[in-house]
Amino acid sequence: MNARITIATARRVLTQLRHDPRTLVLLLFVPAVLMTLLWWVYDGGQVFDQIGPALLALFPFVAMFLVTSVATLRERTSGTLERLLTLPIGKLDFLIGYALAFGLMATFQALIASTLAIAVLGMDVAGPTWLLVTVAVLDALLGMALGLFVSAFAATEFQVVQFMPALVLPQLLLCGLLVPRDELPDVLSAVSNVLPLSYAVDAMTEVQTATQPVVWGYAAIIAGFAVGMLALGAATLRRRTP
Amino acid sequence: MPRRRLTGGTPRAIIQHMMNYSPRRAAEAPAGERRPGDAIRISGLRVVRGTRVVLDDFGLVVRRGTLTGLLGPSGSGKSTLMRAIVGVQQIAGGQVDVLGLPAGSLPLRHRVGYMTQSPSVYGDLTVRENLRYFADVLGTTRASVDRTIEQVDLVSHADDLVNNLSGGEESRASLAVALLGEPELLVLDEPTVGLDPVLRRDLWTMFNALADEGVTLLVSSHVMDEAERCPRLLLLREGRVMADDTLPGLLESTGAADAEHAFLQLIDQGAPR
Repeated sequence: MNARITIATARRVLTQLRHDPRTLVLLLFVPAVLMTLLWWVYDGGQVFDQIGPALLALFPFVAMFLVTSVATLRERTSGTLERLLTLPIGKLDFLIGYALAFGLMATFQALIASTLAIAVLGMDVAGPTWLLVTVAVLDALLGMALGLFVSAFAATEFQVVQFMPALVLPQLLLCGLLVPRDELPDVLSAVSNVLPLSYAVDAMTEVQTATQPVVWGYAAIIAGFAVGMLALGAATLRRRTP
Repeated sequence: MPRRRLTGGTPRAIIQHMMNYSPRRAAEAPAGERRPGDAIRISGLRVVRGTRVVLDDFGLVVRRGTLTGLLGPSGSGKSTLMRAIVGVQQIAGGQVDVLGLPAGSLPLRHRVGYMTQSPSVYGDLTVRENLRYFADVLGTTRASVDRTIEQVDLVSHADDLVNNLSGGEESRASLAVALLGEPELLVLDEPTVGLDPVLRRDLWTMFNALADEGVTLLVSSHVMDEAERCPRLLLLREGRVMADDTLPGLLESTGAADAEHAFLQLIDQGAPR
């Protein structure tokens, strides 16, 4: 682990984004636009208040999953990863560099979406806003870790994009957004207990409903999943390849 | 605009090289004898990719401060051999030592420069941004960034996005990354492919100048014409060394007029040494 190399990697990833303004705008503002659309669909009513926070958990998760899986796949297929691994960079420098860069983007994304939802669209949140943003950033890091991991199992960008419906949509169906998790059939309820997005949505619901929300348990579970996925992702960054 | 001649580096860089490395060329020694002065020492190397045996019982010794041309058709095992030397190739057997250490070991990552066959630089960064990042990873100075940009003649494109460069320019950007940090061993996989003849000549002049400064270079090409640029030639075909000689030596032993015909002659004889 080397701070200089980690920060250089984060700066490099951010510079790449700076050269790609379209991705930058999509990344930062699409969640805000979707929140507005949702508000409009439910005419700003109670349902918007109920599922709005859960979507604030979902957007960064999905966005960072996609961005990271494609970015890492590009590193693998373009040869830049192979080149980096012949240089004195540690796998953790590489991973944490990406986490810093995308974590920063996720923070801005969550700040924009939640500020809009609360201040403009009037979403009712009982708990503090900073906690909402913190949980959203944690979800972004979770999506990033998962994206990094799956990129090892895709040979092309076509394949890696298909992992989104394969791995993210089931979590969306089971996370309690459509049907409360304890009302799901027993088997599905059990499955939802081992899916990370469930805890992300639980944490958001807690912030939304409780004036003194206690999310540390959820946060620990989400962070645990993220670290576990990052560790698995690190294992797929092989210096020697066939 | 007149094209700048490429050289091995600024006088300061050359002096740095001389302080870092002994310019004295290693004495002649028969292959197979173990000496610490060898840049590359490979024995019994076996590489299997998928179901195909790419290299089998492969041996090679490269002395320090030399320029070796690795010539052979596409698919002859050049890239695989180079990947094994920089330590990114899974090997099924054998020993690969680089600068006295096992290939790919940690201390070597500051000392070996590697250029992959397809340009491995970030397309959505400028040439300078790419080099700055790799320089930060290597812990080398910003001054070396400017110097390598000059070495590969990309000064006028330094602030262009790599995606907007021509293939040859992109390949030179990738070469510049390999030159960063003044590595002791340069492993360059087809660095001159697709370049115009003037630039190709200039790059080979630079490679030879670097070798004179004490840097060891292993440079591959599938263009037989480039043989004339290399003091030592390795002709590779189907994972076997067909010839290991100087160009005059090769022409003399085969009676051919140029490297291309010498290569054909060796294949026709069907007797890889």
